Amino acid sequence: MTNELFLIIGMFIATFSTRFVLFAMADRIQFPSWLSQALGYVPPVVLTAIIIPAVVMPKGEVWLDWDNAWLIAAVVAALTSLISRNLLITIVTGMFIFLLVRLVQSS
Amino acid sequence: MNTQQSVTTTPSRECLSGAKATIPLIIGAIPFGIIFGTLAEPSGLSALGALAMSFIVYAGASQFIALGMLSAGATIPVIIVTTFIVNLRHMLYAANMVPKVRHLSLRWRAVMAFGLTDETFAAVSNRYLNSTNTEYAHWYYLGSFLAMYSNWVLCTAIGITLGELFPNMTQWGLDFAMSVTFIGMVMPYLKTRPMWAAVIVAGLIAIATYNMPHKLGLMVAAFMGVCVGISLQLLLNRHVKKNTGVDSDE
Repeated sequence: MTNELFLIIGMFIATFSTRFVLFAMADRIQFPSWLSQALGYVPPVVLTAIIIPAVVMPKGEVWLDWDNAWLIAAVVAALTSLISRNLLITIVTGMFIFLLVRLVQSS
Repeated sequence: MNTQQSVTTTPSRECLSGAKATIPLIIGAIPFGIIFGTLAEPSGLSALGALAMSFIVYAGASQFIALGMLSAGATIPVIIVTTFIVNLRHMLYAANMVPKVRHLSLRWRAVMAFGLTDETFAAVSNRYLNSTNTEYAHWYYLGSFLAMYSNWVLCTAIGITLGELFPNMTQWGLDFAMSVTFIGMVMPYLKTRPMWAAVIVAGLIAIATYNMPHKLGLMVAAFMGVCVGISLQLLLNRHVKKNTGVDSDE
């Protein structure tokens, strides 16, 4: 119980410090223009670095095959997003395809 | 998409549209909150500990990694250091937000820092991307954070309860919900060639560095992607400037 308390407080300090340190100094730091432009790449790039391994290697190894439900559904979701430009439609379509492929595979 | 283009905005209206814009991401996060709660007790974290972790730490990826390390028998200092490394990407997010929070009070910034997650960052980035009227945009952030946060704590509680009933939940592959949500968030960014190059490089390097310890490959991939993107953009800008004599900032 005490151990869990230490764990949670330690994790709180680790997460809050990384989130807060730059915010706390926000009124005192001024980024050069190339750096602000570079930071604009951060969100899509970080998200892509999370997505690609999750769908290309869902079981820990590269799996480029029609059997890979994660990859198939991800490709369909990306196309859906390009066409519909709507987040909710993309999620629903992607999840539907994913569960469908999984269902077909397990039967 | 989820924007407020009107000229007159109020704090409460911004708060509400922030919460609304986050709904798709909340739906994506529901399985994770539930799975986290479900996995907690089998991993050796008490029900109360799991709930407290979601309430106080509020960091999805780190909480899952903490569970995995707990069940593997890792010591608490090692888990805490790993949490710090996994969360370094939030520093990138914070750096991106700095120009937008500069004018706010320290108390506002502390609340916003606590609520800085992948999802809220994505929702709020879209808010800044789609509208220039940002006077009350921090209320939009607050709305997104509160919706996401209450959902996360609630889903953890549901998961703890469900844990005893459906021990095989994780085998359904509901982890895909997060990927599909992120896909829907990345696609609108892909409008320029430097941006395409940046995400392709990041994706390939993320695969190549997948086996690096502590999710460090993610940092390497992101860093390389940003470098490629900004280099190409600066090269293209210079090219345009040379050919037309006009300074292009976009």
